[in-house]
Amino acid sequence: MRKTALDCVYKLSKIDERVVFVGSDLGPGVLDKMKTEFPQRFFMEGVSEQYIVGMAAGLAMEGFIPYVNTIATFLTRRCYEQVAVDLCIHDLPVRLIANGGGGVYAPLGPTHLAIEDIAIMRALPNMAVVAPCDADEMNRLMMSTLEWPHPIYIRLGKGGDKIVSEEKNGFELGKSILMRSGTDGMFVTTGVMTQLALETADLLKHDGVNVGVVHMHTIKPFDAAGVILAIENVKAVVTVEEHIVNGGLGSALLETCSDLRPELLPKIARLGIPDKFATEYGSQNSLLKHWGITSDTLVGAMMKKLGG
Amino acid sequence: MPMDDRSKLLRRYVIDAMRGGGRGHLGSSMSMIEILRVLYDSVLKYDPKNPESADRDRFVLSKGHGCLALYAILADKGFFPISELESFCRPTSRLGGHPERGKVPGVEASTGALGHGLPIAVGLALAMRLQKRNSRVFVLTGDGEINEGSNWEAGMAASKHKLSNLTVMVDYNKLQSYGKTSEVLDLEPLVDKFKSFGFVTHEVDGHDVAALEAILKKLPFSGGAPSAIICHTIKGKGFPFAEGNPEWHHKSGMTETDIQQMYDCL
Repeated sequence: MRKTALDCVYKLSKIDERVVFVGSDLGPGVLDKMKTEFPQRFFMEGVSEQYIVGMAAGLAMEGFIPYVNTIATFLTRRCYEQVAVDLCIHDLPVRLIANGGGGVYAPLGPTHLAIEDIAIMRALPNMAVVAPCDADEMNRLMMSTLEWPHPIYIRLGKGGDKIVSEEKNGFELGKSILMRSGTDGMFVTTGVMTQLALETADLLKHDGVNVGVVHMHTIKPFDAAGVILAIENVKAVVTVEEHIVNGGLGSALLETCSDLRPELLPKIARLGIPDKFATEYGSQNSLLKHWGITSDTLVGAMMKKLGG
Repeated sequence: MPMDDRSKLLRRYVIDAMRGGGRGHLGSSMSMIEILRVLYDSVLKYDPKNPESADRDRFVLSKGHGCLALYAILADKGFFPISELESFCRPTSRLGGHPERGKVPGVEASTGALGHGLPIAVGLALAMRLQKRNSRVFVLTGDGEINEGSNWEAGMAASKHKLSNLTVMVDYNKLQSYGKTSEVLDLEPLVDKFKSFGFVTHEVDGHDVAALEAILKKLPFSGGAPSAIICHTIKGKGFPFAEGNPEWHHKSGMTETDIQQMYDCL
């Protein structure tokens, strides 16, 4: 997913000279092609995220579209005021490409685990928050970013993900995608959790339970109409996110229903990372298991809501 | 050094605004009046009737709390009517307690949170280079403000990119909100700091109009490095009760008597 995102920056830089790339201190060879072909628009600026976000804002004020890339925790926690003031108050078209959403950096511990990034980014006016479900969708998202006139936070999942998105569904920022319809229940998902939800829906189908999946690649702006349409006629709804349960996708859905359709609230359950920092290392999958985000727990949460 | 009529006029505009809003950062604004006066009278390229013209020089007021001085000079130059100064901080005014881009003609960046101006200015200077424009970028920071590490991150980058189109001016009035900069977080040796970060650096009396004009005429100090000017100033300059007095960093709830006391100094 990360490789696809950066390949897209290169593709975009070839078709639009407003595109610039700003990295902090990324691995050797990152975007070498762009650096070779457009050295003036390639910046590797060092471990200095506060400066980098401000500098990207300055470039955007003059008509450039900066794509900024580093580890998610450093793009969110470290320079939150720069993101809020320089990007969001000025409402500038800077794209933050955030490596390692959720448990991707499991072995590296809680300093590197972006577990609350969605919550803090969606708290900012003007900011869009997007978490694609696989590399193909990342490609569609990235190629659609040139015309969005506001800042975007792009959350990357792990690499080498299974491809579950479909070309025919297209990609429109702020628009949900009904990946699979269901009559009994609905998983509301974002990022790579959409993959897990689709697998789980298959398992449930074997047991005669018809559960759908609505994929919210964009958590902000939140597609209230789309998601309400997907959940209003099912009996149970479970939100699934690789993010703490407070402030992310589940919260967004509860807020939306509270404002627009409060009668839907009782059938919604949330599944995500508990409200605490990680205490284990291991792998992304072992952390997900530790956090209780697995097919089994998805089945359990859905069946409980269905009263089964 | 006694103030001439123009320096007094600009200070009166600041008081007009403070009277309207009943508040303001007096000390922080008065230390930079001459710096802004010289920049806008003799140095910057701009058109008040077309404040977004592409070939203008960019001036970023990083110490946004000093915006009263900026509003005074922008009004004086015709970016907006002088009569508007009295609306300072009123609910529907364009002129808030910190300046906002897109609201106030001539304001390049919304500042107020400290340590944002220089990073943005580096981006602007890089943009000028990429677009092959001759426009220059100036940024004015406070002294307390450069406690923020973001300035030094940006300073390293300005030097790395050899941004000779970028000039940093420091309003070095030696007082921050709590007290003396030397006691809160000492900046010395400040000139050496900027030099070691790759800036060609000069010092000047920030209230001496002729000296400011002379030093600014020499820009860029180098064809291959950013420039820095440490402007030695007096917080609250022009108002004996406020000069060097941190109590006047910011004042609210001002009375007519307070305001009259200020006019009487000019």
